[in-house]
Amino acid sequence: MRNASYATAARKVPFGLPDVAVTLGVLTLLAVIAKVGAGAFVPFTAKIVPHVDLDPRNLPYYAARSTLRMFVALVWSTLFTLVYGYFAARSKRAERVLIPLLDILQSVPVLGYLSVIITAFIALFRGSLLGLEFAAIFAIFTSQAWNMTFSFYQSLKSVPHELQEAAALYRLSGWQRFVQLDVPFAMIGLVWNAMISFGGGWFFLAASEAITVLNHNYTLPGVGSYVAAAVAAQDLRALGWAIVTIAVVIVLVDQLFWRPVVAWADRFRFEQNAAAEAPHSWVFDVIRAANVPVLVGRVWVPAADSVGRLLAAVTDAWFATRRPAREGGRGDRLFNAAVIGIVIALSVVALRFILTTVGFGEIFKVFGLGLATMARVAVLVALATIVWTPIGVAIGFNPRLASALQPVVQFLSSFPANFIFPFATLAFIRLGVPINLGAILLMALGSQWYILFNAIAGAQTIPTDLREMCDDCDLRGWRRWRRLIVPGIFASLVTGAITASGGAWNASIVSEVVSWGNTRLTAAGLGTYITEATTGGDWPRIILGVSMMSLFVVAVNRTVWRPLYGYAQKRFTQ
Amino acid sequence: MSDELIRCEHVYKRFPLPGGKGEFTALSDVSLSVRSGEVLALLGRSGSGKSTLLRIMAGLIPPSSGEVLSGGEPVTDANPDVAMVFQTFALLPWLTVLENVELGLEARGIRRTNRVRRALNAVDLVGLDGFEGAYPRELSGGMKQRVGCARAFAIEPKVLFMDEPFSALDVLTAENLRSEIDQLWNAGNFPSKSILLVTHNIEEAVFLADRVIIMGSNPGHLRGEVNIELSRPHNRSDARFAEIVDRLYTIMTNPDVTIAATGETPAVLGAAPHKSPFAQPLPHVRPGGISGMLQLLAEHGAQTEDVAHLSDRLSITADDLLSLLEAAVSLKFAEIADGDVTLTTTGRAFAASSIQSGKEIFRKQLLECVRLFDSIVRTLEGKKDGTMRVDFFLDLWDEYFPAAEAQRQFETAVDWGRFAELFEYDSLEGVLRLHESTAGEAKIGTLPAPAKP
Repeated sequence: MRNASYATAARKVPFGLPDVAVTLGVLTLLAVIAKVGAGAFVPFTAKIVPHVDLDPRNLPYYAARSTLRMFVALVWSTLFTLVYGYFAARSKRAERVLIPLLDILQSVPVLGYLSVIITAFIALFRGSLLGLEFAAIFAIFTSQAWNMTFSFYQSLKSVPHELQEAAALYRLSGWQRFVQLDVPFAMIGLVWNAMISFGGGWFFLAASEAITVLNHNYTLPGVGSYVAAAVAAQDLRALGWAIVTIAVVIVLVDQLFWRPVVAWADRFRFEQNAAAEAPHSWVFDVIRAANVPVLVGRVWVPAADSVGRLLAAVTDAWFATRRPAREGGRGDRLFNAAVIGIVIALSVVALRFILTTVGFGEIFKVFGLGLATMARVAVLVALATIVWTPIGVAIGFNPRLASALQPVVQFLSSFPANFIFPFATLAFIRLGVPINLGAILLMALGSQWYILFNAIAGAQTIPTDLREMCDDCDLRGWRRWRRLIVPGIFASLVTGAITASGGAWNASIVSEVVSWGNTRLTAAGLGTYITEATTGGDWPRIILGVSMMSLFVVAVNRTVWRPLYGYAQKRFTQ
Repeated sequence: MSDELIRCEHVYKRFPLPGGKGEFTALSDVSLSVRSGEVLALLGRSGSGKSTLLRIMAGLIPPSSGEVLSGGEPVTDANPDVAMVFQTFALLPWLTVLENVELGLEARGIRRTNRVRRALNAVDLVGLDGFEGAYPRELSGGMKQRVGCARAFAIEPKVLFMDEPFSALDVLTAENLRSEIDQLWNAGNFPSKSILLVTHNIEEAVFLADRVIIMGSNPGHLRGEVNIELSRPHNRSDARFAEIVDRLYTIMTNPDVTIAATGETPAVLGAAPHKSPFAQPLPHVRPGGISGMLQLLAEHGAQTEDVAHLSDRLSITADDLLSLLEAAVSLKFAEIADGDVTLTTTGRAFAASSIQSGKEIFRKQLLECVRLFDSIVRTLEGKKDGTMRVDFFLDLWDEYFPAAEAQRQFETAVDWGRFAELFEYDSLEGVLRLHESTAGEAKIGTLPAPAKP
C-alpha cells in the first residue's frame, strides 16, 4: 500500500480500537457476501419462478441481493473501462473503431435491449438463476460502463506531455506506466464518474429485476422485484417499506463505500498545490487510524514488487519495440476500408431484416411515435430548466445552503425514480390525468435532478466579484439574468440538459407504460412500442424500435446538443 | 579512444504542414557532439529548435534524416545513456519524493532494497534528506526541481540533459539551485560525465557551461559556438565574464551576423526580404509591452543602453527582451548595434505619446514597415463589405509555419491590428473586418455590414 510511508512502517504496530473496527468490518462484509451470494446459484426453470415475499422483514435480504448485483456490475464496468479505454487511447487504429462504437452504445437505450440480453443469458445458463442474475448485472453494467470508459479515455489522452516524455526516457515498462502514470492520472475522474453512474444504476436494477420477456415473467429476488410484486398486489404499505429500504441502502453505500473511496482518491489530484478543501470520510479516517492495513502492507509490498517486476519484464519488450506508427500508410487504408465495409454490411442486413418482416409503413409509424416521445423529452427539459434553474442559482449563490443541499440533490439524483412510479400512477388514475401527459412527469422524476445539480454547480463558478459588480451597478432582475447569470451558467445548463434528455429517453421505456394492479395506462410513444414489442417477443419490432430510438438520440445530440455545447464553449468561457 | 558521448550527424527535423502543403523545417543540418567532462549549453531563442534537438538526442522523437550516436551506437529508442531534468519538473504527484526518485531505478528492474539505497543517496545529494516521505504538492518549486534532479542523478546517466531547468522558478530560487548544481559539478563527484543544458538565458549559459552552442531560427540551425575560457567556478564579477555575456547578446540580437565576425556588422533585425509578407514571422509581444519598454528606455535619458543591462533592469527574461527588441527594431522604433540599443525619433515620439496619438504612430509604422499589415488591409479593402474569413489568412500562414505557430502568428497579428485600429476580429463569425475609421478613409463612411459568408 502506498500510504504505508517509511515513517509509519518503521513504528511499532499496536492493535487499537480502529483495528478492531476494521477487522470486524471486513469479516462481516465477507460473511454477508457469502450468505447473499449463495442465493444466486439456486436452480430454476421457466415454470418455477422465484417467489417474492411481501413481508417487510425479508427486505434486508432482498436489498443485500440487489446491492451485491450493483457491486458485481461495478467491478465488471471498471475492468471493461481499463481495458477498452486503454486500447482506445493508445492505439490509433483501435481508437478509430472503439470511440465511435462507444458513442453509439451510449445512445442506445439500455432498457431497449434488456430483453435481448435476458434471452441470451438464460440460454447460456440453462437451469440456473445465474442466467437471470447475469442479465440484471449486465443491464446495470451497460448503464455504468460507457460513461466511465469515456472518462478514462479522455484522461489518458490528456496526460501531460512532459510526464509522457519522462515515462519514455526513464524507460517505464508498459505495466509500470499503466499503474504509476495512466491509472493514477485518470483516477479522480474515474471515481467520480463511477459514483454518478452507480447512482444511475439503481434505476436499471429496479427495472431489470422483474421483467416480462417473450411472454414469460422473470423475477429475481431483490428490491426491484419486491416493488413489482407490491404493485401487482396493490400493497401500498409494502411499497412504503421498499422506498425506505432503498433510501437507507443508498445512504449506507454512500457513507461506507463512496465517501471513503473519494477521500482516498484525493491523493491522485494532479494539481501540485495543496487543495483548498480535501474530501472527508469518517470510514476512511478509521481505516487510516488502524494498523492492520500497515501490517498487510508489509507482507504485500515485497510480493507486489516481485509481481510488478515480472509484469514489467513481460510488457517491456512490447513497449520498447513500439514507435509511433506512420499515418496514412497502406495498412491504414486497408484497415479503414475494412471498417467501412463491415458497417455497410451490418446496416444492409438490419435494414433487410426489418423491411422483409414488418414492411416500410411500420418505419413511418415508428418514426411518428419517436416524434411523440421526443416532444415529451423536449417539454420535460424545457419545464425542468424553467423550474429548477432559478432554484439552483439561488442555492449556488449561497455557499452554506449549497454545501448543505448538495448531498441531498446527489441522493435524489441516484434515487431510482421507478420506485415512485406506482404512487404517481395511482394519482393519475384517481385524478384522471391522461398518461400521454403524465408520462412527462414520470420521465422527469428521475432526470430533472441533473438540471438542478448543474445549475447549482454553474452558479458556484460565477465569481463573487462579478456579483458584487452587478450590485454596484444596480443591475437587477431580468437584466442581471441576461448579462451575468445566464452567460455564467450556460455551459453547465447545457451539460445538465444533455444528461437529463439522455436519462429521459431511457426512462420513456418504463414511463410510457405503467400499471397499478390490473389497470394499465399506455401512452402513445416509442417507449410503449419497445416495451410492447419486448413483452411479445417480437424481434423485428424490438430491433426497429431500439434502432429508431438510438437514431433519435444520436440525431438530437448532433443537431442540438453538440452545436449548443460548442457555442457555450466558444462564447461563454474565458 | 574517443571522449565523445553523444554525436549528432547532419540531423534534420521536418514536420508536415497541415493540408499536405509540404513541410516545415524545424532543424536543418545539425552536427554536434557532447564530450566527456564538459558542460555544454544550447543557447537559442524560442523557435530555434533547441528543445526539439534535445529530444532527438534523448531518443524521444526520431530525426527526419541524419543520425544520433550515443556511445557509438545509433539511437533508435529512448536513449539509455541519458536522464532528463524537465522544465516543469514532470513529477508524479501521487508518489512521495523517494518513490519519484525510485521510478527510474524501478524501471531498470533493480531490486527494492538496492533501489531504496540508491534513491536515498540521490536525495541526500540534492539536500532533500528529511523530505523523503513528502508529496510533491507539499514542496516549493525549487524543491520540486531538486526531486527532478535527484531522479536523474539516481540512475547515474552518462549525460544529464537539462531542459530549461530553472525557467519555471523565481529568480532567487533559480539562482540558488543553479549555483548548487555548479558546486556539485566543480566538486568532481557529479553523478554524470557531462551536462547538456538547454537555455535561452545568456548569463546562465556563461555561468554554467564550458562551451556554448548558439542556435538560430527559421529554420533551426547551429550558428556557431563560443568557448567559455574561464576557470571554474565562473565568477560573475570577472570583467571577462561580462565581456562574454555582452558578446553573446550581440550575437543573439543580430541573427544575420556570423559568429566569427562578431561586433563588426551592425545588422538590422527583420530586414531579410521574403517573397510573401506571411512568411516573415512576427515576434510574439504585445503593443503595450513594446510601448512600456520604449518608455523605460526614454526615461533613462541616455542615448544608448547596453542590452545585457537592460535585461537586468527590466527583470524580464532575455528571451522576452529579445522579442521586444526585435519588434521595436522591425517597427523602426529602435536600432541595435554592438549590443547597444538606441531609440529612433519615431521611437521617442511613440514613447512620449498619448493613447490616441500612440495608436496613430503605431498604425503608421505597421503599414509602412511590416508588409503583412499592408497586405491584410489591402485584402479587406478589396472586399465590398470590408470583411474576410479568417481561414483565408490562416491558410497563408500555414504555408510557412506549423499549425500551432500559424495560429500564434495570427493571434499576434490580430493583437497588433486591433491596437492600431486597422481591423477588427469577430471570433464568433470567424472574420476579420476593416476598422470603421480605416474603412471610412478607404470608402464611404458607413459601418460595414456584419456579413454571413
